[in-house]
Amino acid sequence: MTLAVSLLVASAVIFAVVDLVPGDPASFMLGTGARPDTLAALRAEMGLNLPWPVRYARWLGGVLTGDLGTSLAYRTPVAGMIVERLQVSLPLALAALALAAAVAFPAGLYAASRGGRAGDAAVMAGTQVGVAIPNFWFAMLLVLVFAVKLRWLPAGGFPGWDQPLAAIRSLALPAVALALPQAAILARVLRSALIETLGQDYVRSARAKGLTRAQALRRHALRNAMIPVLTILGMQFSFLLAGAIIIENVFYLPGLGRLIFQAITQRDLVVVQSSVLVMVAAVILVTFVVDLAYALVDPRLRGAR
Amino acid sequence: MIGVERLSVAIGGRPVLDDVSLALPPGRITGLVGESGSGKSMTALAIMGLLPDGARATGRVDLDGRDLLALDDRRMSDLRGRRIGMIFQEPMTALNPLMTIGDQVAEVLIRHHGMARDAAATVARLRLDRVGLPGARFPLGLFPHELSGGQRQRVAIAMAIADAPDVLIADEPTTALDVTTQAQIMDLLRGLVADEGMALLLITHDLAVVGSTADRVAVMQGGRIVEEGATADLFRAPGHPHTRALLAAARHRPARAQAPALPGPPILRVERATRSYALPRRAPFAPTGHLRAVDDVSFSMQPGESVGLVGESGCGKSTLTRMILGLDPVQGGRILLDGQPVVAGRMPGALRARVQVVFQDPFGSFDPRWTVERLVAEPFHLTGRPRDWQDQVAAALAEVGLPADAMRRHIHQFSGGQRQRIAIARALIIRPRLIVLDEAVSALDVQVRAQVLDLLSRLRESHGIAWLFISHDLSVVRSITDRVLVMDRGRIVEDGPTRRVLDAPESAAARRLVAAMPRMPGETS
Repeated sequence: MTLAVSLLVASAVIFAVVDLVPGDPASFMLGTGARPDTLAALRAEMGLNLPWPVRYARWLGGVLTGDLGTSLAYRTPVAGMIVERLQVSLPLALAALALAAAVAFPAGLYAASRGGRAGDAAVMAGTQVGVAIPNFWFAMLLVLVFAVKLRWLPAGGFPGWDQPLAAIRSLALPAVALALPQAAILARVLRSALIETLGQDYVRSARAKGLTRAQALRRHALRNAMIPVLTILGMQFSFLLAGAIIIENVFYLPGLGRLIFQAITQRDLVVVQSSVLVMVAAVILVTFVVDLAYALVDPRLRGAR
Repeated sequence: MIGVERLSVAIGGRPVLDDVSLALPPGRITGLVGESGSGKSMTALAIMGLLPDGARATGRVDLDGRDLLALDDRRMSDLRGRRIGMIFQEPMTALNPLMTIGDQVAEVLIRHHGMARDAAATVARLRLDRVGLPGARFPLGLFPHELSGGQRQRVAIAMAIADAPDVLIADEPTTALDVTTQAQIMDLLRGLVADEGMALLLITHDLAVVGSTADRVAVMQGGRIVEEGATADLFRAPGHPHTRALLAAARHRPARAQAPALPGPPILRVERATRSYALPRRAPFAPTGHLRAVDDVSFSMQPGESVGLVGESGCGKSTLTRMILGLDPVQGGRILLDGQPVVAGRMPGALRARVQVVFQDPFGSFDPRWTVERLVAEPFHLTGRPRDWQDQVAAALAEVGLPADAMRRHIHQFSGGQRQRIAIARALIIRPRLIVLDEAVSALDVQVRAQVLDLLSRLRESHGIAWLFISHDLSVVRSITDRVLVMDRGRIVEDGPTRRVLDAPESAAARRLVAAMPRMPGETS
């Protein structure tokens, strides 16, 4: 229910913002030398001269029936374009997130178990570097080493999922480039959450029961430290879905981020409007899933629902 | 048989325990008393092998001829929970909030005997039954947040005794509990010692608890045991000056203000106040139940009067307090402060300034980044900050016995008793007509508590301030109030002169409270 309301509000905001943005798509398409009557005809055809409530209602009605409109620039259904781009962006985001978690969990656990000692300091220094490195520079470094020098993986482009192996190979380097800063952030969050829970009375109780330091960390502290980690994971996924634009550009990947960027430069308002709405829907969905995960982790949140 | 021999501990080169020797015979309760920081808890942690990082221990902790100090953490972990169990002060946080109580008790058995989950759960059930949490009302699948503080402490005890250890260490096990629950938990511990023959090391700052429970008592001061002996002997004829000082402080009665209630209109009038909470629904469309936390309560207080408000946890004293302070809305009836109605959220600053509050945990009520000067001056935002506010802060600090240079320091640089004095200075600075003290001395050591009580008594005389003293500790209530209100299930069931109510309680609730009050040997109630 709240899900639907948030989406409706989001659609209204997106429509309002896009509508307010200066730049007339019709005049953009015809160029500056267009004759006024041609322009007027095109505007009428595109429905741009209708009053805004009608345009909003039409768009919303379409969205509800799965019709996201037709791209002004390419004259193809926007839904198809988004689905095509999601085939790159979704697996990429998931792979990057999985990779980040796979690195961050052991690193965070190790750092927390060595709290304040050399091992902890080393991991923390490493994550500091991971956060600080600009990821396009790291991406280019990966290309130089693994594509140009070693020739293990392709330097860019995406062959499509009908060649699964080639597709996976071409997403490998971008996923690593995206994962690095996220892994560093996640490891830091996990470490500080763990160190905080390690100071809790129930961890002391667990030690008094005979659990070793490592057992208490794994069995008692880890799950209690999951709430902030889940929050960060949810935010990272939302960011990776559309925020990968720089990495998509470095690797020439046809992802969602590039689609939106191109659509904005071309004043392709229908594409912008609809893909942003899809993004918002994705973020709301992820938030919802994260909320469900909270309740799964913490029994105290179950009764409140 | 476990014993501590010539144990010394230093943390970062600073000695915290000095040559401590203590025997813990099976089937006996050994009390360990002293002020906070005297080394009681450190002795327990040394026995458990859970000293903080950077601590160095010398001497010997002997368990059946083995020196526990020589064991590495792995071996020590095998003994913890199996041979030595421990329960801690804070039951609200001692249990993992994400694990069921059954799993937390069973974990001990799985850890030490590799028991299967089912078998461990069966034993866990028996242990929970033993500590007074029967299966019908307390299934294994409950989570800690579904239990009260006393019930959680029972779970913690079930965890500690799950594997029938030879030694149980209880570090301030009842300090955070109300007086009736305290009596029940102490009964349970006594029963366990008698039935299972375990040795109990009972650590507490409450001499009355030790006096009514322990077979032998050791008194600690500055990391040393200064006196040790059979409980009755030690209480009758204390040998060491520190023991005498502790006993005197515990038996201390502050000089009572001589001119109590002033005539005139009452400072506080509570007329038929009512507040109820909706209970969570059992099923999606079940009718909502209501809990009447405060049910038709009426009383009034004169200026300069000192009134105690007592009752078991959950009786509604906290809700009533919050209503008086204007933090919780009054649903029925009304509350008049100095003749003006208290309306939650809409009290003019001038009215707010007439009532101040001091809470149990002074540390939690201070912003750690502020200087004491700023903290104490905080209530001035109600009245406007006077020109000479800094002088007034200094004067308020002086009144509570703190040096003027305290102003420049931060709250973490003070001890618990000093923090409570700062909280009182903060309450005093705008000269309120009524100060509400919510368990304000419960967490303090006996000696500090005696000082604070003296201070309150003196201030009442000099400033004519009325005190509303909310506490579960009847001995404190007896020593500082003229009149006492007993609350039970949202209602005031008894209202009378303190001496009369505590000596000859009429209501069932008051009788329960008086009966549960621990008494020191040689103390006539």
